[in-house]
Amino acid sequence: MKRISRLLSDRLALLSLAVLAAIAAAGMLAPWLAPHPPDEVNMALRYGPWSLHYPLGNDQLGRCVLSRILYGIRPSVLLVLAAVLASVLIGAAVGMAAGYAGGRTDALLMRLCDVMLSFPGYVMTLAVIGVLGVGLQNILLAFILMKWAWFARIVRSSVRQIADADYVRFARTLGTGSLAILFRHILPVCVPELAVVASSSFGSTLLQVSGLSFLGLGIQAPQAEWGMMLSEARQSMFSRPELMLAPGLMIVLTVSAVNFLSDAMQQAVDPQAGSSKRHQPERAEAALIGREVA
Amino acid sequence: MLSVEKIAKSYSSNGWRGPGRHLVLKEVSLECRPGECVGIIGASGSGKSTLGRLILGLEQPDAGSVRIDGEELGRRSRRGAVSAVFQDYRSSIHPFFTVRQALQEALGGSRRSGDSKRGSSRKLETALEQVGLDVSYLERYPHELSGGQAQRIGLARALLTGARWIVLDEAVSSLDAPVQVQVLELLREARGTYGTGYLFITHDLEAAAYLCDRIAVLHEGRIIETIETERLGELRTPYARELLDKFRLGHALVPRQHAAITKEERG
Repeated sequence: MKRISRLLSDRLALLSLAVLAAIAAAGMLAPWLAPHPPDEVNMALRYGPWSLHYPLGNDQLGRCVLSRILYGIRPSVLLVLAAVLASVLIGAAVGMAAGYAGGRTDALLMRLCDVMLSFPGYVMTLAVIGVLGVGLQNILLAFILMKWAWFARIVRSSVRQIADADYVRFARTLGTGSLAILFRHILPVCVPELAVVASSSFGSTLLQVSGLSFLGLGIQAPQAEWGMMLSEARQSMFSRPELMLAPGLMIVLTVSAVNFLSDAMQQAVDPQAGSSKRHQPERAEAALIGREVA
Repeated sequence: MLSVEKIAKSYSSNGWRGPGRHLVLKEVSLECRPGECVGIIGASGSGKSTLGRLILGLEQPDAGSVRIDGEELGRRSRRGAVSAVFQDYRSSIHPFFTVRQALQEALGGSRRSGDSKRGSSRKLETALEQVGLDVSYLERYPHELSGGQAQRIGLARALLTGARWIVLDEAVSSLDAPVQVQVLELLREARGTYGTGYLFITHDLEAAAYLCDRIAVLHEGRIIETIETERLGELRTPYARELLDKFRLGHALVPRQHAAITKEERG
C-alpha cells in the first residue's frame, strides 16, 4: 500500500498512468468512439483538412485519420504491450531459475540464451515470418522468441548478485524456502532494473513493429497501425507533412508515458530511489558516539 | 554444546592444468559451550568464513558434521539453534524492508511465535532498546542507517531468533574503530543478558581477545591451536606467535583499553 501511495503521489506518474489508461480505453472502445470506419475510402476527401466531421483530417485515400489512430491503438500498443509482458515473464522465470539454482541448470539455460541471442534480431523475425507467414501475430511471436533471452540474461545476473547478499543468507539460516526467498527477497529487488529495461524495450518494439509494417511484413493494408500510417504519410512528407503528425505524436506520447511511468515505478518500489533526507546516518552515528562518550 | 566434528570442505577449481578441487577445510573440530564465546582467528583464505557458513547450514560439508547436544543438524533449519551477524552491513538487511519488517522476519510472524500483534511489536521494541536504539528506528530503511546502527539491528535480529549461538562473521571488521568498540561492548552486554554463545570469526586478534573466552587459530584449513584468552601469551605454533607479535606491535602503537592483554602483560 505504501508503494502504491508513493506512486500516486508522483504527479508525472499519475499523468502518465492517466494517458496510458486513456489510450488503452480508447483502443478497446474504438468501434464506438471512432467517427468513421477506419478503412472507408473516400477519394473526394483526399488530403482533406481538419473539420468537425473529420477532426484530424483525411489521408491520401480520404480515410478518417482519427478513426485510423483509434483503431491503430490495438496493434500498436495493446498487442506490443502483451508481447513485451510475455517476454518479460518468460525471461524472468528462466533468469530466476538459472541465477538461483546455479551450476548445471544455469549453464544449460544460459547456453540456450546464447543460442537465441546469437541470431540477429531481424534475421530471426524474417525466419519466423518465412515459416509462419506475414502478419502482426507472427511478428510479435518472433519478438517474444528473441527478447525473452535478453530479459533472462538481465534477471539472471541480478539474481546471482542478490542471492549472495547477506540478508538472503540470513533468510536461509531461518529455514526460509527457496520459493519464498525468490519471490520475497530477490524478485522485488530485481524489479526496478527490469522495469527500466522492459519500458525501453516497449518503445523499441513499438518502433520495430511499425518498421516491419512499413516493409509490408506486419499489419496488412487496409488495417490501421500507427507505424504503417507514418510510412504511408511519408510519400507526401513534403506536400502534406501534417499527416505524419498524428501517428508520430501518438507514438512519442505513448513511449514517453511508458518511460515516465516506469521511472516512477522504480522510485516507488525502491525506497532508496525515493529517499527523503529525513534520516542522516552519519549525523545519527556521530550523535550516538557523542552521547555514549559523554 | 555446539560441536563441529572433523568437518572438511573443498571447492572445484578450473585452473590451466584442468579441473581440480581446492581443499579449504581439513578435518576441523571445534566445540562451543552454551554462553561461551569462541574466537576463530586466521588470515584471509584460511577457511574461517567457510567454517561459519557450514555451521550456519548455508553450505554442506564434504565430510564431518555439525552437532548440537549430540544431534546432527544436517540440512535442517538452524532457527532457534544458530543465527548470524554478517560482515557487510550494507547488504545485511533487505533493502526494501523497514527495520520492523526485518526484525519481524527473524521473530517468525505471529503464527510461529504465537504472539499477538501488540506482543510481537513489544518484542521488537525491546530488542531495539537492548541494542541501544529507540523505537523510531523501526520505520527506517537500511539506507537510512549507519554501519554501526545496521550492525546493531543485525544483532537484535539474531537475538530475536532465540538462537543459542550466534556466528559473528567479521561482524565488526568493516566498522570504524569507535563504532567497533561500541558494537563489541554491546555484544558483551547481550551475552550477559541472554546467555548467548558466540562464534566470533575475525582476523583481528585484539577484538577476539576483548570478547572471547577461547581463541582457535585457523591456518590453511586447520585449527593449529586453541587457547584460553587469559593465556594468549602462551601460544606455541610459529604462525600463532606471528599473529600475536603483530597484535602486540599494533597495541604498542595504538594503546587501547584491553582487559585480557593488560592481564597478560602484567603476568
